Amino acid sequence: MAGKVKDEILYDHNHDGIDRRGFLKCMAWAGTGALCVMSGGVLKSYSLSRLPELSPKEAMGELSFVQISDSHMGFNKPANPDVAGTLKAAVDKINALSAAPEFMLHTGDISHLSKPEEFDTVDQILKGAKPQDVFYVPGEHDVLNDDGKQFLERYGKGSKGAGWYSFDKKGAHFIGLVNVLNLKAGGLGTLGHEQLEWLEDDVKHLKHSTPIVVFAHIPLWSVYPEWGWGTEDSAVALAYLKKFGSVTVLNGHIHQTLQKIEGNVTFHTAASTAFPQPEPGKAASPGPMKVPAEQLKSVLGITDVNYVQGQHALAVVDSTLA
Amino acid sequence: MRRSVSIVVLVAALVIGMGTIAMGQNHFLAGAQEKPAAMEVKIDNFSFGPATLTVAVGTSVTWTNRDDIPHTVVSTDGVFKSKVLDTDEKFSFTFSKAGTYPYFCSIHPKMTGKVVVQ
Repeated sequence: MAGKVKDEILYDHNHDGIDRRGFLKCMAWAGTGALCVMSGGVLKSYSLSRLPELSPKEAMGELSFVQISDSHMGFNKPANPDVAGTLKAAVDKINALSAAPEFMLHTGDISHLSKPEEFDTVDQILKGAKPQDVFYVPGEHDVLNDDGKQFLERYGKGSKGAGWYSFDKKGAHFIGLVNVLNLKAGGLGTLGHEQLEWLEDDVKHLKHSTPIVVFAHIPLWSVYPEWGWGTEDSAVALAYLKKFGSVTVLNGHIHQTLQKIEGNVTFHTAASTAFPQPEPGKAASPGPMKVPAEQLKSVLGITDVNYVQGQHALAVVDSTLA
Repeated sequence: MRRSVSIVVLVAALVIGMGTIAMGQNHFLAGAQEKPAAMEVKIDNFSFGPATLTVAVGTSVTWTNRDDIPHTVVSTDGVFKSKVLDTDEKFSFTFSKAGTYPYFCSIHPKMTGKVVVQ
């Protein structure tokens, strides 16, 4: 695998792969893409332009799923007057993937204003996607006015508490967390004591070699607290996951792709299917960013994730809707 | 008799005059007792403006969301709570007791403000 792809970047952590101080950043801003494969202490990163040169085994893996995020159905402001159209474009993109994903994760802000018809429209559009199973976690826009009651009724069957749950696929353990409820003045996203206790118990009996995929709406790492882009008690959750060799954390909320690798944990945020938001601190506020209409699809996107069993590695690939 | 009438007139004129000055400054005596005084807070760029608003007892405060993203106005102590406010939607609350009322947006809790009622 190594040496075949010209612009492969090989990062060697130089230690044992669990040195938290020597953490490594691999950023892929909106409109660009990267594939990162991590194995032990070594991260391999390929630019998206070189993807076709990878062998199918390298690029696909045994378990393939797609993350979509921040559909904001109902949003109709200048940043994107047709969020239904761009969600359909995301579905087309998913249906065109060479490795058919087995299921989808939606990391929240399905709706813009928690209106039943907004959820209905998303459900209808996602019926057109090849993968029919969709696993949801709520965004703050999905739990307006009713503390998430409607979200739970629609998407929370079999979940615990405010809608958290876990499931297994081909040896990987998936954990959906809720960090958009009971937010405190001046604070960030919150998981809360009850959910953290559940999480501790949920992973207690898993083997250390089990690949873990955590998904939640607000980033579970401190992206930019000044804009609320982080979760108060995420460190507690991550401490429970320390023992695992491979942890992939997938979030939405910030409407841009961003990746950070720290020890055995890969953090990744997905693009929105609706509208972009500014890079941290690069605007007066994190509000919707207006780009020229012809550029919109290049700053929206989907995230394709592949897992090769036995390799302790998940490959995360962002692609734009352009 | 005649003298006391003119005193009443003078006092009335003074009260109206003071009211006008107060209104010019920050609207608080507008409409005297019958209509509550009114003040406004604008929501722009994920912040409340002004972040601290000082008003007289009996003042009605109206928040207007001017962002492209919905916000809420929620009292930290549970005194008032708006529904979600989409773009250009408003929420009003009349403060009938003196005190300090901190509040925040429950969707974007980094957004905080307070109303000081004197």
